[in-house]
Amino acid sequence: MLEIKDLHASINGKEILKGVNLTIRAGEIHAIMGPNGAGKSTLAWVLSGNPAVEVTHGEIIFNGKNLLEMSPEDRSREGIFLSFQYPVEIPGVSMVNFMRTAVNEQRKYKNLEPLSAADFLRLMREKKELVEMDNKLTSRSVNEGFSGGEKKRNEIFQMAMLEPKLAILDETDSGLDIDALRIVANGVNKLKRPDNATLVITHYQRLLDYIIPDFVHVFYDGRIVKTGDKNLALELEEKGYDWIKKEVETPVEQ
Amino acid sequence: MEQQYIDFYKESHTLIKQHSAALMNNFRDAAFEKFERLGFPTSKLENYKYTDMSAPLSIEYGLNINRLQFQINPYDVFKCDVPAIHSYLFFVLNDTFYPVNSTAKQHLPEGVIIESLRTAAENYPQLVEKYLGKLSNEKNDGWIAFNETFAQDGFFMYVPKNVKLSKPVQLINIMRSDVDFMANSHNLIILEEGAKAQLLVCDHTMDNVHFFSNRLTEVFAGKNAVYEHYKLENTNILNTNVSNLLIHQEDSSNVLTNVITLHNGMTRNGIEMIIDGENCESLLCGMVIGDKNQDVDNFTEIVHKKPNSQSRELFKYVLDDSSKGAFAGKIQVAKNAQKTSSFQTNKNILLSKTAKMRTKPQLEIYADDVKCSHGATIGQLDEAAKFYMQSRGISESEARLLLMFAFTADVMDNIRIDALRDRMKLLVEKRLRGELSRCEGCMIC
Repeated sequence: MLEIKDLHASINGKEILKGVNLTIRAGEIHAIMGPNGAGKSTLAWVLSGNPAVEVTHGEIIFNGKNLLEMSPEDRSREGIFLSFQYPVEIPGVSMVNFMRTAVNEQRKYKNLEPLSAADFLRLMREKKELVEMDNKLTSRSVNEGFSGGEKKRNEIFQMAMLEPKLAILDETDSGLDIDALRIVANGVNKLKRPDNATLVITHYQRLLDYIIPDFVHVFYDGRIVKTGDKNLALELEEKGYDWIKKEVETPVEQ
Repeated sequence: MEQQYIDFYKESHTLIKQHSAALMNNFRDAAFEKFERLGFPTSKLENYKYTDMSAPLSIEYGLNINRLQFQINPYDVFKCDVPAIHSYLFFVLNDTFYPVNSTAKQHLPEGVIIESLRTAAENYPQLVEKYLGKLSNEKNDGWIAFNETFAQDGFFMYVPKNVKLSKPVQLINIMRSDVDFMANSHNLIILEEGAKAQLLVCDHTMDNVHFFSNRLTEVFAGKNAVYEHYKLENTNILNTNVSNLLIHQEDSSNVLTNVITLHNGMTRNGIEMIIDGENCESLLCGMVIGDKNQDVDNFTEIVHKKPNSQSRELFKYVLDDSSKGAFAGKIQVAKNAQKTSSFQTNKNILLSKTAKMRTKPQLEIYADDVKCSHGATIGQLDEAAKFYMQSRGISESEARLLLMFAFTADVMDNIRIDALRDRMKLLVEKRLRGELSRCEGCMIC
């Protein structure tokens, strides 16, 4: 589904990603863990097409298409979804209007008729239940005045509405209490299908108690330095990141 | 540029007076002298720093001082399609009040008078004399003096004590001429104690010639009166409009003014709200959507003369291409106007590198126990919000539109006529999409 080859990218001229290689197949859940500043979020931005990041080298193939040539909206329409670490508040744009526009633009891309008002509201109601989202939230402006937990829940709600092929969850667990974490994780698990994939970016192992990854990658200094199964996450939780740093930085003896 | 008008007045003042009312003529010569002294305001004056009218003033306009009637009946050609607005509908053609349609007249509540200012001044001289010119005569403004010199007619509305109009009154100013044309009209609006009225003023143009309109409106809101004044400007690039709206508020009155420029050439709105009573509420809102070479200057003044009143001001501009916007928000709090609260906001978005915005809050506070604040911003569309929307599959152009629309939402929300608000939202959306934003059923614009 997704193939990242030797990806280098920089922000304001500073190289952040230094040769990322990653392959994700349909049905898989991948987790990327790593210390602050390793470049995890930058990778998420590159995938979603954030113009702040400049790709200097490498390629990304998504379902056979060159992702880097696509506009952010086309990436979304092709099935990439980023759950933002810091969801943006948009005063004056109602959640309903925002979601209806998004859903219908996605449908237009697939040559489908726009949803009728009734069908749209039914879809909203159904998906709101999935993330146990308060009815009041959807009648407000996008993320405006939402608590940290509500914003994250709103991200998963949007993901449920758009049914992406590849969902990237960037620190979706940060700022969540244990109940909200469970709800968000449940939402993600319910949306899991054999034909889609999930990339979870996180600091901590605790989200991975709920969303069980098939692969765990350790990100350090702009690239993946270690890959394992879910036990790697547990090991990291126990030992911290220092041993990884040491392992990477110690020259391998010939 | 003044000279031709000065000469013109000297030659034709008898004729001008002959086709107007005695009460309007009372101050005409004095106004003329004032205009002779002041001339047209130029950008050298502080209050007109950002309004350079020399280009539109270099055009030679015709004036209709002989009050020749037009061969159109606006009640036939004008179909306002604000759905369900059900207004009392009146027209001023260029500068002349169009004779009232009998059905409109019939349904006005007892005692309410809406007609030509000229006729009203003849039919109800005592009533009109008490108010006419009482706010405008004292102003030292070249445009107001010019209006008082040449205006021969206008719109008159009187709502007696405790009468509440259940429907909005709609006044359509229509500019219609085969040659470049200038219109001066003087409007007078009186709400007695406890009266309630909503007035929607729409400016339209019918022809592709240069128009210059100079509108002077005096509003008197008595004790406990509730008045809403909406001005919707939807004209074309050849149109220049100078409006002066002077509002006087007595105790516990509540006045809302919402001035929306959707499309125009050059506009100068002078708005002054004089809060001459306690426990008054004043809300002054406005919005501008500008592109091409449009030029809009809203110059506002709120004068708190008495204690315990509150005012709020909110203006938003969205400017594209080489359009220019200016906003001045002067708030004066007199020494004895304690416990005043007054808040002012002006936010602006520039969509291009060549669009220009000038904003100037100006607070003069002489009392020592007041709450006042002001804020002005000039910026671009929020890139983070735009990217967030794009990442959900919304195209860049649609994201921009949603953001611009959202930006103007709070001004729209200060339209208290539901049908008008819904319609305005639609017009604004169309305008922002770059589609023609005229009312669809309006055949004359």
